Amino acid sequence: MSQTSLAISKISDLANPTRFLALAARIIPWMGGITTLCFAVGLYLSFATEGDYQQGETVRIMYIHVPAAWLSMMCYTIMSLSAIGTLVWRHPLADVSAKAAAPLGAAFTLVALITGSLWGKPMWGTWWVWDARLTSVFILFLMYLGLIALSRAIDDPSRAARVSAVLILVGFVNIPIIKFSVDWWNTLHQPASVMRLDGPAIDLEFLRPLFVMAIAFTLLFFTLHVMAMRNEIWRRRVAAQRRLAARMASREE
Amino acid sequence: MTALFLRDLKLSIRAGGGALIGVLFFLTVVAVIPFGVGPDLKLLSRIGPAIVWIGALLAALLGLDRLFQAERDDGSLDLMLMQETPLVLTVLLKCSAHWTATSLPLVIASPLLGLFMNMDETAIGATMLTLFVGSPAITFIGAVGAAVAVALPRGGLLVSILVLPLTIPVLIFGVSATYAAVEEPAPFLPPFLILIALTLFFAVIGPAAAALALRNTSD
Repeated sequence: MSQTSLAISKISDLANPTRFLALAARIIPWMGGITTLCFAVGLYLSFATEGDYQQGETVRIMYIHVPAAWLSMMCYTIMSLSAIGTLVWRHPLADVSAKAAAPLGAAFTLVALITGSLWGKPMWGTWWVWDARLTSVFILFLMYLGLIALSRAIDDPSRAARVSAVLILVGFVNIPIIKFSVDWWNTLHQPASVMRLDGPAIDLEFLRPLFVMAIAFTLLFFTLHVMAMRNEIWRRRVAAQRRLAARMASREE
Repeated sequence: MTALFLRDLKLSIRAGGGALIGVLFFLTVVAVIPFGVGPDLKLLSRIGPAIVWIGALLAALLGLDRLFQAERDDGSLDLMLMQETPLVLTVLLKCSAHWTATSLPLVIASPLLGLFMNMDETAIGATMLTLFVGSPAITFIGAVGAAVAVALPRGGLLVSILVLPLTIPVLIFGVSATYAAVEEPAPFLPPFLILIALTLFFAVIGPAAAALALRNTSD
């Protein structure tokens, strides 16, 4: 891969999977390193700060729970953008991106659900409530699983990509519902306290580790996403080589 | 246009008794619930609207995978893709025919089930009204799933998995409007209007997305 020129002058050059692979090989170690560093700092800060006066030590769950929940929505947004790329420009990497992001999104959503459940038990006295935020995130999880099942069910990768892209875009309806569910309905889940027009309502002491952890999670997502995309491209090449080999073998007989 | 509507309507009524099977399935689902939760009439009348709604939702999903499958099998789907009429309009008409053949009988059958569930007149009327307004949304969402699954060899189960999460808002507002009609303090109109809005929204989104998926699956 190292012989390939890395001259990426415009964004469309990234459409070439070989160039993408070369770029990925260069940046993955860096991304992995920075991610590890951010996690080290973030985890240190999360444990160094004081516990909340009301919630005690359990407030530390927030540093995992909130970034994971943000990521679960960001991942779907990236999948929707990739879906537009697939349908409008037929970008060869867009469907790889959407397909690679789905399991990651499912994983982050699951982490958000599990940590939320662990946090809900001491705070609310129950593992699970059917409130708007929880239900809509659970639906998001189901949608990720459905999309994974759909893309696995169709053999032809390009057709699978275009069909899943339609469904991804229809499912995007759910994202604003999740984002604003705590504002629209009065529920047990606390209202938005960081992303607000009038600035965060949360104390700086908690905000700092949360911020670092959010960056760490985002970097983790992008690292894993690029790695998964690389794997997907390789998997498709192996499949293509296999088909070619099978065709050659059948011709020789 | 009218011809296509009537053709689809006739096909879905005659072929394998689609409408009748749907209503039967609806009856069976609702009849099974009291065995599960116990024959307590008070409890049944309280959860009745929700049970009727869930039964109707499941029954509406039952025939969805057939929406485009038969057309694909006999090749007329390709003709629909090629004709001058916009595909979105064709899909919209097919959805309306499907709704008339399968969901409308459910709406008509729902008062009977309301009686089984010991619901009072207001609750029965409200359930019927919300089902009438909300069930088209289920059909339109389902059309996307059906169009996506048309390429699959056995897509029926996958359609339900893909479509059910998206229909949850319709279910929420349908049931909450029904409850609002029965219970005094909650106003009926806001959830009912949101239900209408959902139906109109998906009447635009659903056929457009289904048409897009159909174009992409046939190549």
